[in-house]
Amino acid sequence: MKFALTTTALALVLGIAAPAFADIRIGATLSETGPAAFLGDPEAKTLKMLVEEINAAGGVNGEKIELIVYDDGGDPNKARTFATRLVEDDEVVAVIGGTTTGTSMAIIPVFEDAEVPFISLAGAIEIIDPVKPYTFKTPHTDRMACAKIFEDMKKTGITKIGVISGSDGFGASMRKQCLEIIGEYGIEVLADETYGPTDADMTPQLTNIKGKEGIQAVLNPGFGQGPAIVTRNYAQLAVGLPLYQSHGVASDGFIELAGAEAAEGVRLPGTALLVAEILPENDPQRKVVTAYKEAYEKATGKPVSTFGGYAHDALRILVDAIVRAGSAEPSDIRDAIEATKGFVGTTGTVTMTAEDHLGLDLSAFRMLEIEKGGWKIVE
Amino acid sequence: MPELLQFLLSGITVGAVYALVALGFTIIYNASDVVNFAQGEFVMLGGMITFFAHAAGLPLPLAALIAIIATAAIGVALNKLAIEPARGAPVVSLIIITIGASIFIRGATQLIFDKQLHRFPAFSGDQPILIGGATILPQSLWVIAGALAIFFCLWLFFTRTLIGRAVLATANNRIAAQLVGINTNYVMTLSFAMSAAIGALAGVLVTPITLTGYDVGLALALKGFAAAMLGGMGNPKGALVGGLLLGVLEAMTAGYISSQYKDAAAFVVILAVLFAMPQGLFGRKSTDRV
Repeated sequence: MKFALTTTALALVLGIAAPAFADIRIGATLSETGPAAFLGDPEAKTLKMLVEEINAAGGVNGEKIELIVYDDGGDPNKARTFATRLVEDDEVVAVIGGTTTGTSMAIIPVFEDAEVPFISLAGAIEIIDPVKPYTFKTPHTDRMACAKIFEDMKKTGITKIGVISGSDGFGASMRKQCLEIIGEYGIEVLADETYGPTDADMTPQLTNIKGKEGIQAVLNPGFGQGPAIVTRNYAQLAVGLPLYQSHGVASDGFIELAGAEAAEGVRLPGTALLVAEILPENDPQRKVVTAYKEAYEKATGKPVSTFGGYAHDALRILVDAIVRAGSAEPSDIRDAIEATKGFVGTTGTVTMTAEDHLGLDLSAFRMLEIEKGGWKIVE
Repeated sequence: MPELLQFLLSGITVGAVYALVALGFTIIYNASDVVNFAQGEFVMLGGMITFFAHAAGLPLPLAALIAIIATAAIGVALNKLAIEPARGAPVVSLIIITIGASIFIRGATQLIFDKQLHRFPAFSGDQPILIGGATILPQSLWVIAGALAIFFCLWLFFTRTLIGRAVLATANNRIAAQLVGINTNYVMTLSFAMSAAIGALAGVLVTPITLTGYDVGLALALKGFAAAMLGGMGNPKGALVGGLLLGVLEAMTAGYISSQYKDAAAFVVILAVLFAMPQGLFGRKSTDRV
């Protein structure tokens, strides 16, 4: 209560002090270094690039954006310190960030207490379920990826599958969420194997799956090197059944790691950003993803990633909300974000409501198949 | 029956990777009683430098050679800049220095190279070799051959060469070694160069199987260290047997019991062995004169 009072007092001071600096201050705490660096790094680069672009084009509502980025290194404690600093010292009007689920969950209370809108870039459904008034997120949830995969299996008549998942946070969480909804699709799991995130060989687990009678396909929820090794071992053992990977490895890097030959025919749910070049001309997302991809690759010289796309969508949604609100007051921005409707981003088309602070549906995912070292849309 | 064979081949593949890392621990340990926790980083550097040299257009063998030489140089630098200045410090302090060095190398690698995972092509293609209904990749044979070759060279080095015996003497009693005319500084530098080179060679051999990235060293070092402890620290034969045993144990547990308990089962066996034989399977008995 005392904290809430202090922050209300602070908000009052902020209200009076705001006209002194005309800039719109947006904060971010991202994991630019540390174990989640490969997520946080493209996110930070994307935010900096877009803010420059927006300011060069005259800013928002005639005011320039001032972006304040902190690197929390993936440490929830540090993230919490930076979140408090963003609210109390930097007096930002909104915050983007929380690269990982861990850092996001740690800083949500800070923004809820201070009543500052917060858009998370992490995957877990817990961030927006139950709905908290000031918390939003842009990446689709693992459960949506499971649903997309099961829909595809159902379409091809697959009813009995084997699951091999990584025992790391991502793999374990996605396995759990897939198993929660699998019954709705009438699919049965006949074998359920796991592997460690740094394991070098998964042939024993795959041999067991291969030996089970009646399995029609194999699903591998996982992240990092595991799925690439599973794919290679799968080809080595000549299992010969359809292999489904998760959105966790939806990148060109995965094909490179697994090898085009071993990855042939692998299916996975990915975003439009990954297949920008082969999207049909009339696809609503084509313009957005192509523009972002070109700008990012020109600015950084590195291939674009889904994770940078999350940051892109977060900032665009935020800017869009500030324009519609016609004000840079945190509570006005919050209301405008919640009213986001038909916003086309890199991850999908976003329509938020008071009950849904993510606003994506299954059409955000494209079912992709790897063909001759490239991607093919199979819908 | 093909299942058993497949589990065994998988275990040998993984075990040979562990053995290669474990072999790298032996030289520095023999020269100084220091367990070098930067050994996994040497393995990582071998893979990363080879990948980037190869990606820059160099042929794979040349890229591998550059990686091994560069890593050996880094090993020498580690000894000269961090270990030698702390010469008088107790062994525990030196071990902590190597942990610091491993964190430093990891950080520098992610800045100089990148934070992505990488792989370069296997030496003799990806066509699996069929053995009685089970399969093994040609690259696994390279790893096994590499582990055997390094083991043999180390065995020759420690038992048949004067300099190898000088390394053992330095570990035994540094002052006595100096008194009989052994240049102990040179021995330390040499042992770091050799350990780093062996680590890098391991990295070159295993990357097509395990993939590489700036942070793979830690996991490899832990498993390699466990293998070395199981076999007996400092004994090349122990490193080889310990590595293979650990790999086969993991594969059999994953295959017959449950993949969930794979690591746990391996470590329970290691604990049981160390209870009965604290020096490991082939470790030398330490006898102190009182």
